[in-house]
Amino acid sequence: MPGVEGYIYPNEVELQWSILIVLYPYITGLVAGAFILASLERVFNVVAVRPTYRLALLTALAFLIVAPLPLQLHLGHPERSFEMYLTPHRESAMAMFGFVYLWYLMAVLVLEIWFDYRKDLVLTRRASTGLKRWVYGALTLWSDDISEEALRADERIGRIITIVGIPSAFLLHGYVGFIFGSVKANPWWSTPLMPVVFLFSAIVSGIAAVMLIYMGLSRLRKVPMDMRCLDTIASYLFYAFLIDFSLEMLDLIHRLYEADESLQALDFMVKTRLFVSQIVVQILVGTLVPIALLGLTQLVRFGDATRRWIYASAGLLTLIGIFAMRWNVVIGGQLFSKSFLGYTTYKLAFATREGLLPAILLMLLPFAILAVLVRVLPPWEKTDAHAGA
Amino acid sequence: MDQHRRDFLSQAGQFIVLTGAASLAWDAVLAGAPQEAPNYVTTDHWWGMIIDIEKCIGCGNCVRACKAENDVPTDEPGCYRTWVERYQVRPDDPDHPIVDSPDGAYDGFPAIDQPGDGLKVFFVPKLCNHCAHSPCVQVCPVGATFESPDGVVLVDKDRCLGCRYCVQACPYGCRFIDPRTHTADKCTLCYHRITKGLTTACCEACPTGARQLADLKNPDDPVHEFLRTHKVHVLKPELATGAKAYYNGLDGSVR
Repeated sequence: MPGVEGYIYPNEVELQWSILIVLYPYITGLVAGAFILASLERVFNVVAVRPTYRLALLTALAFLIVAPLPLQLHLGHPERSFEMYLTPHRESAMAMFGFVYLWYLMAVLVLEIWFDYRKDLVLTRRASTGLKRWVYGALTLWSDDISEEALRADERIGRIITIVGIPSAFLLHGYVGFIFGSVKANPWWSTPLMPVVFLFSAIVSGIAAVMLIYMGLSRLRKVPMDMRCLDTIASYLFYAFLIDFSLEMLDLIHRLYEADESLQALDFMVKTRLFVSQIVVQILVGTLVPIALLGLTQLVRFGDATRRWIYASAGLLTLIGIFAMRWNVVIGGQLFSKSFLGYTTYKLAFATREGLLPAILLMLLPFAILAVLVRVLPPWEKTDAHAGA
Repeated sequence: MDQHRRDFLSQAGQFIVLTGAASLAWDAVLAGAPQEAPNYVTTDHWWGMIIDIEKCIGCGNCVRACKAENDVPTDEPGCYRTWVERYQVRPDDPDHPIVDSPDGAYDGFPAIDQPGDGLKVFFVPKLCNHCAHSPCVQVCPVGATFESPDGVVLVDKDRCLGCRYCVQACPYGCRFIDPRTHTADKCTLCYHRITKGLTTACCEACPTGARQLADLKNPDDPVHEFLRTHKVHVLKPELATGAKAYYNGLDGSVR
């Protein structure tokens, strides 16, 4: 059979989970990472990252809205997906993810954004007329109270939501890791480290994404970038990446040293079919290079322009590396037979339901949503005011 | 008098509520009921299978019978409720067997080119193990796949989302997506037959009796004698799935 080497079970000729399922942990990871970055300002009072606080929240929301779409597109019966909420199977990690998602979307992210923006929404409403006035009225839920006392309450509630939000973000993405890590039939996935590795790689990718979006938007708006903010974010990225990389290496070393019966198959796979995506793209280009670049900025004092270039390159490579990591988990985990006696190949189509084209469109969609969100809920004013204060 | 009236009202109330509930639930009752088998009591049975590797000749009768009986697609690759593997094992290297299963052995096996090369050759029929602790059932997000009270793992095609998580979770490669319904499919142990006192299509078609349906709850079933007098094994016991396909003469090289 073409693309098959050795013996695979007859039902294994088709790969079950496609590139869309690669996007799913990638996108939820960006959500969790962006939110955790936002929380730093709120809970730990890291003033330096304030310019990205609201942007990070909006980024998280834009990606969170898109997160279930690749799953939906992948289902054999998308029209039945709501059954997961109506008749969930409580033992199923996937069923419970639906609730974790909903909790995170409605109880954490939307609420936090609402309380944070309430004053701005009220002021915008007061200053506008016609349809715009009505829209902003609806967004405020027609609450017009922006007295000192009300704003203090907003601030207090927002802080509580963030404090609840951090474990929720951990839960959201740790849970995605658990969906893979708990499949005992698959030794490539089955490790208790999976949720932890997913979580840290999520933090890394989210920080990198918000950093790049902040840089890109500053460019577009032709405003100077806050270098103190960028330096702080880049240092967080560096340290988070070190932890993430250590965890992934721990997993690898553990597998190599334990060398159980699956190792032969997995080792072969990494050296052949996954060599480019795992060794070259994920580990070398997507991890070691950005860590080295970011590490360099911690040691050597570069000029602003150089640092911006380094941050932009490191951020971009990071996003590529984390995508490769998701790819290697999801696709890599299906390239070997559960008989450990053979390997198959993933053929990525282009313009099919689960092909490259819908994957690209799904990756662009959050940016379109973000563009709308940034219009409706401008993330700048408050930060500029802070900067002036 | 009052007492009577209260009783009557209470009983009437109960009657209305209960018949209302029953009529609401009636569709579910019908949907959940096995196909008509009036004398079949699910809790009286606990199904499994005995597979005697020593007896299997690799003819593929079971695969053909299964496909015909259960309308399993024959023109699509990767749709097998049962299949047969041929192992060729070098005596000094059991970790690297040569395995094949052309079209799941639907047409049996081609002759081996070099007879007498010192290899150990045998056939291994595979099917759903109807695990008592099924990893596939555990992961289904909507409970579309379930273990029946008589120990058979089944899929409700009207509920299945086609998320394929169960296919990933089965360690034995026994599940696939039916390309016609876009839902998970697998061996039902011919549930429509065994609930009527018949055996499975594969067991019936096996010319050597290498496969035998076993009712582990029936004290008269010969399975008990067989399990007592043979050294049997299940596939991948380290995964603790509670597999109920018991293999006699299973070689250590089989995966």
